[in-house]
Amino acid sequence: MSHEIKMPALSPTMTEGILSKWLVKLGDKICSGDVIAEIETDKATMEVEAIEDGIITKLVVEEGTQSVAVGTVIAIISTDDDNEEIAIDKNDTNAEETPKISKGGAPKTQSEAAPKQTHGTKEIFSSPLINWDGPMKNMTVREALRDAMAEEMRGDNKIFIMGEEVAEYQGAYKVTQGLLEEFGEQRVIDTPITEHGFTGLAVGAAFGDLRPIVEFMTFNFSMQAIDQIINSAAKTLYMSGGQMGCPIVFRGPNGAASRVAAQHSQCFASWYAHCPGLKVVSPWSAADAKGLLKSAIRDPNPVIFLENEVMYGQSFDVPDTDEWLVPLGKGNIVKEGNDVTIVAFSIMVGKALEAAEELSKKGIDAEVIDLRTLRPLDIDLIVQSVKKTNRLISCEEGFPFSGIGAELGMQVNENAFDYLDAPIMRVTGKDVPMPYAANLEALTLPQSHDVVKAALKACYVEEDI
Amino acid sequence: MTLKPKQKRVKNPSKSGRPPKSARKLINLKPKKESLLSMHRDMLLIRRFEEKAGQLYGMGKIGGFCHLYIGQEAVVVGLQSVNEARDSIVTSYRDHGHMLACGMEPSGVMSELTGRAVGYSKGKGGSMHMFSREKNFYGGHGIVGAQVPIGAGLGFAHKYKSDGGVAMTYLGDGAANQGQVYETFNMAALWKLPVIFIIENNQYAMGTSTPRSTAGTDLCERGAAYGIIGKQVDGMDVLAVREAGIEAINHARSGKGPYILEMKTYRYRGHSMSDPAKYRTREEVDAMRKQHDPIDHLRDLLLREGIKEAVLKQQDTEIKKIISNATDLALDAPEPTSDELYTDILIEIAE
Repeated sequence: MSHEIKMPALSPTMTEGILSKWLVKLGDKICSGDVIAEIETDKATMEVEAIEDGIITKLVVEEGTQSVAVGTVIAIISTDDDNEEIAIDKNDTNAEETPKISKGGAPKTQSEAAPKQTHGTKEIFSSPLINWDGPMKNMTVREALRDAMAEEMRGDNKIFIMGEEVAEYQGAYKVTQGLLEEFGEQRVIDTPITEHGFTGLAVGAAFGDLRPIVEFMTFNFSMQAIDQIINSAAKTLYMSGGQMGCPIVFRGPNGAASRVAAQHSQCFASWYAHCPGLKVVSPWSAADAKGLLKSAIRDPNPVIFLENEVMYGQSFDVPDTDEWLVPLGKGNIVKEGNDVTIVAFSIMVGKALEAAEELSKKGIDAEVIDLRTLRPLDIDLIVQSVKKTNRLISCEEGFPFSGIGAELGMQVNENAFDYLDAPIMRVTGKDVPMPYAANLEALTLPQSHDVVKAALKACYVEEDI
Repeated sequence: MTLKPKQKRVKNPSKSGRPPKSARKLINLKPKKESLLSMHRDMLLIRRFEEKAGQLYGMGKIGGFCHLYIGQEAVVVGLQSVNEARDSIVTSYRDHGHMLACGMEPSGVMSELTGRAVGYSKGKGGSMHMFSREKNFYGGHGIVGAQVPIGAGLGFAHKYKSDGGVAMTYLGDGAANQGQVYETFNMAALWKLPVIFIIENNQYAMGTSTPRSTAGTDLCERGAAYGIIGKQVDGMDVLAVREAGIEAINHARSGKGPYILEMKTYRYRGHSMSDPAKYRTREEVDAMRKQHDPIDHLRDLLLREGIKEAVLKQQDTEIKKIISNATDLALDAPEPTSDELYTDILIEIAE
């Protein structure tokens, strides 16, 4: 009797991986618990263990194959309970039954089981603020963030990074990969699991004339430390009559990842944007992630830098230079349009762009604005756009109540009321703690079709047509 | 309670308990008359300043919270007499004494208390939130315990920059029960940060006495699990404070990591101006004032050392004048202009 071994999902956000190495060969007898292969995920290289006893009869996916989708059959074992003669398939004779996958990559159809990751295509992504004629380099958001830190750290010895698993582990999400090697343990510092403590310590170091970058493994854990962020980092400049600047960056993944439930899935944009004394940044593209993080590190103020775990592995073109800076406080029109303004930030920008594409098929020309910075908010850009389109849709993954959309709505009300032809709409996460079940989670998170629906409503277009 | 100093050592790296030779070279263990006089002056300045602040509060000239340091003067004065200008200081909201001991101007502090533009924080911080970059005084923090990791961060910066500085981090017996303190002890010990945690144990966390709030009232032992040396000191005796300070500072400065000094002290006034202090008896306070007052104690010593009454009298007169001038300024100076409302929220970046 034969059993299939499938590409396992080894992290909440893993959709595919590299089959780096087989540790078994054809004909090997394996027992449950034996390590049979090494797989490189979006976060780390992991060992895969056998879950059944048997004999390897076929290795379907070759060692070194990139982009093997979760759920793909990678090997076949035969269990010998029934004393059948075991046919070891050395010549790939079963090729039709289980297609052999070469190093060229796994067939895309295999990835359907995994959640679809959305991001705007290159054709849609046109950024007027990328004033860059030089060479571009395609890289992931993860690499862009790492490069931003490494470049800034090369230029200023006062910059250091601290957080849980940032050094030897190379980052819980691999964002700090290679930094320990380049900058050493004085500047790349593994902390104990002690958010309240190390946040306060980093704030003190910033008062002491250093420039800390604090990585929260996820922003959910920043709540342990929120007193030090708000009361100590954000307010001290004011309370000291301008004497005590606090040049510090708090960064890490924010918002929902995938299937990690309520305590590990929420958006802190509105929480931090509420407070004077902080700047709050949340990039979408890799180019913005890099340019904004470099600006954040150079900024003399405390900056909350909200990343998104689902975006880490997505690739974009990034200007190939060490001097690529994106100013804080400036939004970006990622797609121009005339009929409705869709404002989004972080992962929702990709969904807004998808929605814009869908809307164009229905004859609606949407303008999509990536806020990039939430505080200070680039309200001028939004008002300008609303004056042109007369309609506004705000998108965010966070809760609706007192969210970023609430603020956008109010500010547009104050600044462009007479230009509005329809009520301002918001597309948000549902007003519930994030559920675990896949179907409920999907219901909770805002999707591009929700944006389409809102835009149609704002344009008074019946959905059925 | 007892004020008999207990020389507790959680872990004793040196044999005799005496400061190592290097410390004796740096600071004269037996202070000269001038430095005794100077400590007397500093304590008296704090005492008179706080008395005046209490008066001004009663007159409605100082608002909000106002936590007076009267009774605890020996702690900060003793330690400031042995640290160096490159060291940094951070404390809680009972901070007026620390600022004066750091050499900050009484008029600037008093003007901040009255909410005036010439105050250290331009009138935007008040009693609990004052700072001086010039004097390496990093606040003045209003949230109990928040200054403790910040102090460790200042120590981290000293170590990172190798500037030889030590972070003097003050906290109270109340703060000693906050979680972040132990997160900080762990990191400070793990990374051998040059930090001295000075627990000013004035016996009451607001209205709750130490035995009522604290399991294990010897706060000097709180670092034991992290291998941090802790010492209990008579915080009403400025010379005992000074001597313990020399040892602690020397330890931290020489790269051996943090040190805990538990200063057994007492505040004569309530927690804040609005505290009726019903949780302790009048007799308890009076006994402390009469038998253990740190200023009286040093004054007696100075007289025994042959300092003339007239010299001390002159000190008192000078201090009264300083306080009077500071008060005049603090009452006459204008409030911040309304355009100050929106300044100092963020540092503007030159484009």
